[in-house]
Amino acid sequence: MAAHGEADQLGTTSDSDQGELNETDAPGKSEDAILFASDDFDNLTYEGLAEEAQKPVQKGTIHAIVRQSSNDVDSRSNTPNNIDHDSSEVSAGEESVEETAEQAQITPRADNTEVPDTVDASRIEIEEEDAYNPEWKNQKKHVFILSASGKPIYSRHGKEDKLVTIMGVMQALVSFVQDAKDQLRSIVAGQHKFVFLVRDHLILVGVTRGMDSTQQMLLQLMYVYNQVISVLTHSSLNKIFKQRRNYDLRRLLTGAEKFFDNLLNLMDTEPGLLLTAVRCLPLDSSVREIIAQSIVQNAKLKDLVFALIIVKNQLVTLVRMKKYYLHPMDLHLIINLVNASESFKDAESWTPICLPKFDASGFVQAHVSYLDNDCEVCLLLLSVDRDSFFILSEAKDKIKARLIRYNALQAINASIKRTSYSTQQCGIPDLRHFLYKARSTAQYTSPELEAPYTEPAEQERLFGMYLYLHHRIHTSGRPLKILFHVGEYETLLGWVTQGFELYAVFGPLITKTSAIHAVNKLLRWIKREEDRLFILNSVTF
Amino acid sequence: MTSPEENMKSIEAKVVVLGSQGVGKTSVVIRYVGGMFSKAVSPTIGASFFTYKMTLDGYRVKLQVWDTAGQERFRSMAPMYYRKANAAMLVYDITSLESFYDIKDWVKELRKNVDTPIAMCLLGNKSDLDSGRKVSTAEAAEYAASIEALFFETSALKNLGIEDAFLQVSKQLLKMYETYPNSGMGLLSSPQESTDIFSHTTQNVKLPSRTDSEKPPSQGGSNCGC
Ligand SMILES: Nc1nc2c(ncn2[C@@H]2O[C@H](COP(=O)(O)OP(=O)(O)OP(=O)(O)O)[C@@H](O)[C@H]2O)c(=O)[nH]1
Ligand SMILES: [Mg+2]
Repeated sequence: MAAHGEADQLGTTSDSDQGELNETDAPGKSEDAILFASDDFDNLTYEGLAEEAQKPVQKGTIHAIVRQSSNDVDSRSNTPNNIDHDSSEVSAGEESVEETAEQAQITPRADNTEVPDTVDASRIEIEEEDAYNPEWKNQKKHVFILSASGKPIYSRHGKEDKLVTIMGVMQALVSFVQDAKDQLRSIVAGQHKFVFLVRDHLILVGVTRGMDSTQQMLLQLMYVYNQVISVLTHSSLNKIFKQRRNYDLRRLLTGAEKFFDNLLNLMDTEPGLLLTAVRCLPLDSSVREIIAQSIVQNAKLKDLVFALIIVKNQLVTLVRMKKYYLHPMDLHLIINLVNASESFKDAESWTPICLPKFDASGFVQAHVSYLDNDCEVCLLLLSVDRDSFFILSEAKDKIKARLIRYNALQAINASIKRTSYSTQQCGIPDLRHFLYKARSTAQYTSPELEAPYTEPAEQERLFGMYLYLHHRIHTSGRPLKILFHVGEYETLLGWVTQGFELYAVFGPLITKTSAIHAVNKLLRWIKREEDRLFILNSVTF
Repeated sequence: MTSPEENMKSIEAKVVVLGSQGVGKTSVVIRYVGGMFSKAVSPTIGASFFTYKMTLDGYRVKLQVWDTAGQERFRSMAPMYYRKANAAMLVYDITSLESFYDIKDWVKELRKNVDTPIAMCLLGNKSDLDSGRKVSTAEAAEYAASIEALFFETSALKNLGIEDAFLQVSKQLLKMYETYPNSGMGLLSSPQESTDIFSHTTQNVKLPSRTDSEKPPSQGGSNCGC
């Protein structure tokens, strides 16, 4: 595992003892950010979460857009296209719901066929198979979701309904501490950390024996929670549990398990989630401009909030409605949706998705299509108008035609084939790998994984080192700016400034002076490449 | 697209495919539209959109097929698709009694929420799995008759019954069109096409397009005549 116990050399100030680090201009910096730049990791505290839970969810954003557009004098004869309109019909079931659609499209059907609250003997017997199964026990990271009343909802490994007892114990622990007007945050037991997050009617529990810190686990649980919201919306979730505390949420999450699975796998391999930053597909800025303009020219539609192209978990372009920004956490949920939904490859699709940071109370509708035959270039058009499929479909055809005409689709495909870039291209001999995040734009860049990090086990070890470095440099008690860590197999340098976060991995023998020298050189290299690696100007409709 | 055969009438009809999770809706549609069967088809997310064109009895028929997702959480989206549909394909799996009972809920819901004429067609899919059959052909046929729906047993795997089902539905749509050519039953949702549901597109009745692109890239004679 990543080095333990070797001497760290910490710098609390950059200038006095690390005189050579020059913190000039953060490469990839932009005043004109496309994404919401936020330091979620540093702001993620239980106190903050509690506060957030207090305040009612603003059902602002979607509402505001809808209202604004229906005010517009508009040639479309359609009735005010508020989402409300549809939704009362939506709950066509037994209950009459007097709520606006964007608040709740999902209503539990009021039949009584739901799975009863069984903890009968047979269940427990089966359960022992999972919880005592050595393979299950050996999993490095577990994540569980249960309802406040202890009902299993999801387990990353094993079948959640075979873990009734374990979940019961977790629920008991949480409520025991709650009864004492306190809050259970984490438990450390031997090699394992247990981290708890209680939100709305859900208990989320993460268990790890990896390098993840408590705070990092908490961030991961936040993502998982947001994934639940993304599928159901915050309003429906609350409403469902208000109506029936004992509701079996698995029913509404059927088919969504793969989103959780996929998200958790992404979280273990894709540094962007940890950094709350997104990686861009390297492209000449002129090509990127053509792509963005193709979207602006052909999809300037009233209710279209965001239009984006995603390739292999990387962002190609993002065009947004003025005033509205996409949050990197929401973007990761979108990426996860695309990543985990094979069905989008069969045909143009139209699906609701809730973006919790954008508006947790309602859905936006996503028009999803692939622009190439290999199904790699995915276009998403996110609208607040549920009836706009055909307009968006037409816009998609035009966008695609223009991208082909200007060879932009070809350029994207070429960039996919070329892979990103090799560490060697940076021209720094001892540098093995790095992560660089430009904070103002919430984007990061990182070279391909190469030797010695080609095997999964080695990649996992590298990721563990990043977790360690990230944790050390963000430890809330002692915020560091620079960390130089000499490990057994490699030497790590972490550096955080106003403008960026840099995590670099060198060979074991590098000296501190050379590492600092190398990092300065690296920053200059990134600066030279920034137009290609980052999206520096934001395009709006 | 303007046609060379000037005299042929064109109609465009919307077909919604409904039914429980995993009964084979997507497989049936892909078999019909794409002419193939893939074992690896994955659960539908939201809804997928397909089109199919054919000529039938002197008409050019374009079917716009909405293949909906059977997962419970998408259930509440269904009205969006069936409210504007001219035909509904109701799919169950002959090896699952529950999926057959779910059809009755769908029919109730359609009756309640759709007031325009809608052709219904009941499909008992996976007919190749006869050894695991739970729904008898006779029972399903009787039920179909009671709701005035067409009925076919199909297999997406073996390509049985699917052509025929869509063909008969299309014929029924033609009949509906000939009976009520001008009834404003349901508008197509795209403003470009908001003529009556069965519009004579020989003349390309299209409303002026939205004020979007300054310069629509002239793709294959795009006809938003603004
Ligand atoms: N044996 C057999 N299997 C079939 C047939 N049609 C579909 N299947 C299988 O049934 C499973 C589900 O098929 P889908 O087409 O995804 O079902 P669906 O109704 O679209 O499911 P959702 O999109 O989740 O609502 C797949 O494994 C198919 O291979 C059939 O005619 N015969
Ligand atoms: Mg399907």
